Amino acid sequence: MKQYSNVIAAYSIMIILIILVGVFQSWSIALTILNYCLISAVMTMGANIQWGYAGLINFGIMGYTALGGLAVVLVSVAPVEEAWRLGGLNMMICIGIIVAMIYSIRYVLKKIDKSKKRNYLIASIIIIGLLLLRIISTPAIESIESVEPAKTGYLGGLGMPVLFSWIVGAFFAGGLAYVIGKIALGLRADYLAIATLLIAEIIVSIIKHEEWLARGVKNVIGLKRPAPYEIDLQTTPWFINLVEKFHSAKLELINSVTERQDALNQLVIDASSVYVKLCFAGMFLIVVIILLIVTQKALYSPWGRKMRAIRDNEEAASAMGKNVVKEHLLIFVLGSAIVGIAGAMMVTNDGLFTPGSYRPMRYTFVIWVMVIVGGTGNNFGAILGGFVVWFLWVEAAPIALFFINLFTSHLPETNEVKIHLINSASYFRFLMVGIGLLIIMRYRPRGILPEKIIKQ
Amino acid sequence: MELINAIILLLNYTILPALTYGSQLALGAIFVTLIYGILRFANFATGDMMSFGTMFAVLLTYYFQSLGISLGVLPTALLTIPFAIFMMIFYMLTIDKFVFSYYRVKKSPPVQLAMVSVGVMFVTQAIIRIIIGPFDRRFLDGEKFILKATEFKEMTGLSEGLTIKSTQVLTIFITIVVVSIMFWFLNKTKTGTSMRAYSDNEDLALLSGIDPKRVVLITWVIAGILATIGGTLYGLDKSYRPFVYFNNMLPIFAAAIVGGIGNPFGAFLGGYVIAFAEIFLTYAYKKFFAYLLPEALEPNSMVQLLSTDYKFAISFSILVLVLLFRPSGIFEGKKI
Amino acid sequence: MAFFEGNKMTAGYGDGPDIISSCSINVDRGEIVAILGPNGAGKSTAMKAMLGLLNLKSGSVYIDGKDISKFSPHDRIKQGISFVPQTRNVFAELTVRENLEVGAFLREDDINKVIEEIYELFPILKEKKSQVVGQLSGGQRQQVALGRALMIKPSVLMLDEPTAGVSPIVMDELFHHILKVKETNVAIIMVEQNAKQALSISDRGYVLVTGENKFEGSGKELLNDPEVRRSFLGA
Repeated sequence: MKQYSNVIAAYSIMIILIILVGVFQSWSIALTILNYCLISAVMTMGANIQWGYAGLINFGIMGYTALGGLAVVLVSVAPVEEAWRLGGLNMMICIGIIVAMIYSIRYVLKKIDKSKKRNYLIASIIIIGLLLLRIISTPAIESIESVEPAKTGYLGGLGMPVLFSWIVGAFFAGGLAYVIGKIALGLRADYLAIATLLIAEIIVSIIKHEEWLARGVKNVIGLKRPAPYEIDLQTTPWFINLVEKFHSAKLELINSVTERQDALNQLVIDASSVYVKLCFAGMFLIVVIILLIVTQKALYSPWGRKMRAIRDNEEAASAMGKNVVKEHLLIFVLGSAIVGIAGAMMVTNDGLFTPGSYRPMRYTFVIWVMVIVGGTGNNFGAILGGFVVWFLWVEAAPIALFFINLFTSHLPETNEVKIHLINSASYFRFLMVGIGLLIIMRYRPRGILPEKIIKQ
Repeated sequence: MELINAIILLLNYTILPALTYGSQLALGAIFVTLIYGILRFANFATGDMMSFGTMFAVLLTYYFQSLGISLGVLPTALLTIPFAIFMMIFYMLTIDKFVFSYYRVKKSPPVQLAMVSVGVMFVTQAIIRIIIGPFDRRFLDGEKFILKATEFKEMTGLSEGLTIKSTQVLTIFITIVVVSIMFWFLNKTKTGTSMRAYSDNEDLALLSGIDPKRVVLITWVIAGILATIGGTLYGLDKSYRPFVYFNNMLPIFAAAIVGGIGNPFGAFLGGYVIAFAEIFLTYAYKKFFAYLLPEALEPNSMVQLLSTDYKFAISFSILVLVLLFRPSGIFEGKKI
Repeated sequence: MAFFEGNKMTAGYGDGPDIISSCSINVDRGEIVAILGPNGAGKSTAMKAMLGLLNLKSGSVYIDGKDISKFSPHDRIKQGISFVPQTRNVFAELTVRENLEVGAFLREDDINKVIEEIYELFPILKEKKSQVVGQLSGGQRQQVALGRALMIKPSVLMLDEPTAGVSPIVMDELFHHILKVKETNVAIIMVEQNAKQALSISDRGYVLVTGENKFEGSGKELLNDPEVRRSFLGA
């Protein structure tokens, strides 16, 4: 029990902080923060598996997050039948062509020895394939994008339950990670970081600009939810009754019937938002707990020991006959798949998919700060990192504002420096996160909750 | 005649912009590659450091303008560059002293230093946004054009106009001068040779009596000069916006790796490779073919290989190809 | 008193155990001294201690009668002590001439004369002076390494296994070069695995075992000492 006292203490502080937000700001804000903390925790666990278990740097978190989000659109949105009728066949043929290209290149690679002839063959397959794709897809894309461009203009999805997309998101991200891993895992650590950073940028630019796929920068809004809608809740009798019972003492103090009704309406509106967020929080918590159990089991399994052995001494491990490349690929895929789940969770939570918002700062580097701050190689640390850094990221502006006001209280309201600083309050989040990272790396390089050396 | 028109068209819309953009990337890429070769880490704060130097050029330009100081037809920013470089070097050395040197002395693995540079990136971004804000700023003054399209048409009687912006000429000219001086310094001076020796074999350099502190200091000084000049030229040519500078880190990294990281001359060429690839692959050649082909054969599509939306994606794809097939860069073996 | 001497040196890496204890080695100008011994005997460590790459726990190092025990490696180089490491002992990305120039980094005077002297000693280097060292053969690289170390005109030259990994022909050539260096009145200390060959060109030799002096004597004496022969020379 004693070894867990750090963990318990750290988590208690975190929960108290969120409760404080609930008391001082509002419960709705507190729950929003909590939900995002949970989503961040899932992302951090994904990155932590790669970095903490295997020492792989994946700066492509943004790409997998975006793919997870894309999965939500492709799974849950109802298909746009008009668009399918106009361009669906062509797009399916295009997918066929891409598959054919991949297989023919693989065939050539296998059957023909390394030579100039092989290179030319591969180049011609790629060029012919691209030309075919271009010819077949261009008219289809145009007609798809012209179907009610203000509302749809894309193929839509499969119209399936949105929760299913979380799994699909994992498969999307994992699939991409497999391809990237095949290409890039042999690279030196810092090359891998740069390569994954850039590949993620490619993924996002494809999602952003292929409007037939998911409307690109035009965004998809009004996505399905696995939780009830506030507006429905507000007219549901059992929910109103529940709110009434919960606040009965407060309501009874109000004498006028109409005023009481107004107060109740307001309470119902507030409560409905809290209730929905609680539903999400519950679902996210379940995901986090499942992942935590699985990753903990994996970490302490023989496989986990093998992974750490590889991380700590790659040469020795490979000399002992461990297939380092294969294990690295596996862990790269698993970690990325978890990030994909998180991406899908986030889009589900927001109810909208906005490809333009995927930026490396927010979706790659902040997540990495979470991993480093929380504790590399320790799942509890990773989750804590997600909580702490996200909390700081959100609450940095109010905290900065508080300190700016404190330190400039002697200055008049019209002082230019004061006005400038107050307007810049939201940028202090970068400063806090950056300095936080630097301090942790210097004085606690293994994170708040470091990996324990497990002796067997 | 049609052929000349076609060439002018290409020159105007692809070659000149690519040379300009390539120069800006090249300066950044040499910065990356020097830090990587001598201080031995991938500096993820590259874009923001360039932004930091440029910020001072912008602020000082505004200040000089308010004082009525200008360079006439040349942009005032040129006058501010030396001061901006000074501030940039001061900032870099401060960061090095308080952040990077600790890990260098400890001989931490490069990955850890790269992660530390992410922290520096956050801090630098915050400082920039707090000082100057995230907005788009233009600070180009003086004469904007050396040659206007209409003037060119009048002069030559061609139907295709050629526009030469003063920022394009300035960028290319200053880049050539700066890079030449730098290569002369690295190759022909005792200090330059000692820096290359340190980059090649640190232990032996120490055994030869080379002072590592001095090498590090000079590296940051050169890096500060390159970062500030590259950033300011980019800002003059396009505009100054902190977020864009952060993003520019990506093609700059691509250029450095394409050229073979740690190899300054490769990085220099890599900048142009990336710029030309980006611009040539996203240019719509419709008008070009309209000049060259008989009317019957004129294309009715844009004849664009890729949409300009994929500009960045091109440089990254090149990078991925290079990493796959020649991880040590395409100019391997031609180190200066 | 010898020109360069390490007296009763005790040292180890960091807080680890002592690798050498009470080990003494000395050498005079124009003399070659070989340090021999089985693997892990502390041969290289003894040399590194004399160069200042690790701190002495006790004992002292003198050059020309001057105590340099507390000097940093950098300051010892300034005293005229040069070192050729066993591996990575050239700047592979630099040209031959640049390697020599870097070797003379601490010299303020005109180095062209010194470079000419090195070219005389190793004629092949003159021929290849503009070539990048990474493209040279193993034997040529070793000459570059020697040349670089000689650029400060050292009074003491320390070689860490100069013949490791080179062919027997190159080894003979290299020993020949080392003898030429000796004639320029330099004190040479070398750690060697090829004990027989090393002793054949050395004036004296030390045999270290577990960090302590076990035998010492002239090359001939050691070669003829039955116990040394049995335990270290394999005959």
